[in-house]
Amino acid sequence: MSRQLMKGNDALSEAAVRAGCRFFGGYPITPQSEIPEYLSWRMPEAGGTFIQAESELSGVNMVYGAAAAGFRAMTSSSGPGFSLLQEGISYIASAELPAVFVDVQRYGSGLGDIFQAQGDYWQATRGGGHGDYRMLVYAPASVQESVDLVSVAFDKADQYRNPTLILSDASIAQMMEPVTLPEMREHDPNADWAVRGKHGKPFKRVTSTMYYIEDFDAYIKGKYDEMAEAEQRWESVRVDDADVVLVAYGISSRICREAVEIARGRGVRLGLLRPITLWPFPAKAFAEVNPLVKAYLSVELSALPKMVEDVRLACEMKAPVETFLGGAHIPESSAIVERAVAILNAQR
Amino acid sequence: MLSITCAGFGGQGVLTAGLLLAHVSMESGKEITWVPSYGSEMRGGTASCRLRIGDEPILNPFFSAIDALIGMNQDSVDTFQGAIAPGGVLIANSSMVRGGAFRDDIRVVEVPATEIAGELKNPRGANLVMLGAVIGATGLVDAEEFADGIDAYFNKKGRNNPLNRECFMRGVQAAANA
Amino acid sequence: MSEKLTPKLLVEPNKFCPGCGHGIINRVLAEVLEESGLADQAVGALAVGCACLMMDTFGTDWVQAPHGRAAAVAVGVKRMRPECCVFTYQGDGDSMSIGFSETLYAAIRNENITAILVNNGIFGMTGGQMAPTSLPGQKTTTSPKGRDAATTGQPLNMIDQMKHLPIGYLARGSVASAKDINNLKKYIKTAIETQMNGGGYSMVEVLSFCPTNWKMNMEKSVAHVQDTVKAIFPVGEFVKNGERTDA
Repeated sequence: MSRQLMKGNDALSEAAVRAGCRFFGGYPITPQSEIPEYLSWRMPEAGGTFIQAESELSGVNMVYGAAAAGFRAMTSSSGPGFSLLQEGISYIASAELPAVFVDVQRYGSGLGDIFQAQGDYWQATRGGGHGDYRMLVYAPASVQESVDLVSVAFDKADQYRNPTLILSDASIAQMMEPVTLPEMREHDPNADWAVRGKHGKPFKRVTSTMYYIEDFDAYIKGKYDEMAEAEQRWESVRVDDADVVLVAYGISSRICREAVEIARGRGVRLGLLRPITLWPFPAKAFAEVNPLVKAYLSVELSALPKMVEDVRLACEMKAPVETFLGGAHIPESSAIVERAVAILNAQR
Repeated sequence: MLSITCAGFGGQGVLTAGLLLAHVSMESGKEITWVPSYGSEMRGGTASCRLRIGDEPILNPFFSAIDALIGMNQDSVDTFQGAIAPGGVLIANSSMVRGGAFRDDIRVVEVPATEIAGELKNPRGANLVMLGAVIGATGLVDAEEFADGIDAYFNKKGRNNPLNRECFMRGVQAAANA
Repeated sequence: MSEKLTPKLLVEPNKFCPGCGHGIINRVLAEVLEESGLADQAVGALAVGCACLMMDTFGTDWVQAPHGRAAAVAVGVKRMRPECCVFTYQGDGDSMSIGFSETLYAAIRNENITAILVNNGIFGMTGGQMAPTSLPGQKTTTSPKGRDAATTGQPLNMIDQMKHLPIGYLARGSVASAKDINNLKKYIKTAIETQMNGGGYSMVEVLSFCPTNWKMNMEKSVAHVQDTVKAIFPVGEFVKNGERTDA
């Protein structure tokens, strides 16, 4: 397949269709609106269904219905709209249905603003809705990875019968990069649990599975424990000899990647751990780090430090853990290097 | 790797110029990132996009030091001139950029792009004149090859105008003469 | 010996309170689905409230939606499986209060589903709170002095909200007499037929009673529907074959 230049949101949408997604119900909100715009024409072209829902509340429940019917279904939103999806996500998780969600993060709480940020980390990784569930959370750092991870998200949603989340942000969503798209796949909607009329068999009830599963507490914990163990993904860059290891995902990791190059050029031993899954947080990645590492630096584009809590847990505080917050401003890679140098100097 | 910013009024084809640059560069095997101005960066009707173009995968799509600035109007030159790296290039649309002084540690190419496009009866082609100037000034891609890329891009969209190529080549010449 | 002809769809005795109207509506719906040969391809969406008690006793495929969102879930199912007979079964609190938007927008888009909306003027499962359909002056646990229309609004008439829309079928029936029940069966049958013929959105509102939370015996409950509720919520067919009947 040849490369083509695509915007993050468009590429993600096309990749969803090619992963066999045949239903999208959603509502416009910047900076994710290119996803419903793209799918409004692409879904029908691929034999699927697009509905512009009257609200996110409705959109997520259309996804619930389409997923219950056995089809690969998706919705996307951002900020305030992502909050509105949480009720439905909790129900879909509770009913153990596969579905894929996309949160194109924007800045701030409340209305906030439409530019890139990473402030939804807790909502994404802790379960923004009520009760006992988790979502596999994938954090693409490029347009190509937006494409690749949507495919993974659909497959993993099926494998675990659990909703999965692509946690993107305004910059990954709005930027263009060359991408290679996968071939079209079709998904068989006739899973034994899919509602389609009972046709002489016992009738099916899609609802909280806790009503029908014995020793549900142990069952559901086992399911999420298995995911936590098996599904950690990460990329590491020059961590085996690093004095300071940056931890960053998504767009922040791109800036950090450049910071590592700059630092190495100056003889500063900087490395990067890039979580690709945010839940499960890739704790296993920390085994690759130089045992004599002097500090970790969690680089996040948000006003409050969030991921740093996972970094502290994962590294078991074997080295000091500090934060570098971008907040509303995209940090300079050189500023990250300066900060790392300052941390090292302070330890001398 | 080159870091390029295109800036101007909304409607001057700034984003399209950036897209063309990205697209044709990709076709000639380069790695690219293209980031539009967004949110609070968009003030007073100014549109901009930033590109990084290189032979290796682009790490960080953001940058603070500009290698080449395409300044379609006065505002964009005023806003971004200070961010040009010493030795960098400013392509200024001299039809619209008339006031103020230019830095003396950068190379300034003044091209009356709006007037040239008007002369060629392709008033929406000022952005292509500017693109020609940036290709001419940086030598990023061979000019003829880039012109072919422009034709291919618009042909694919089913609305090519032979004057597009002409606008572009006039920009290339303007940079050569500057 | 006479054979008791219980619809096979009623797989277990229902779980509603004694005297509840839901049992009758369940039975009517089951009969219609079986007589129409649709029992095997029916998928219901219900949500929260007394309606959800039928998920174990009414033997069609089910999806249980969040409170109020059954219409959106039904739309997701029907769009992907147009060959199925897709219906929602919801109370008035669920469909007309928290789910007003989902309910109305399914009608606005003329989605090819059937909504059975049960109007008993009260929140049953949560213990007798005021519903959007509660009558002015009606005492409930959240309007202990009687519903004050000046601050809580007039009872919501969903038929009025929908009858101007270009939908397939719209009717209001009741379970307050044998004649009413026969008419109700006709309405539900027409609604389901409308859907299966691709005729667009169909809705049947059902005036029902809740003796438990109304704190009335059966006789009084029936009389209340006949004498008082029907005066505010008239029964009949309002849209048929996509045309206003102006019943």
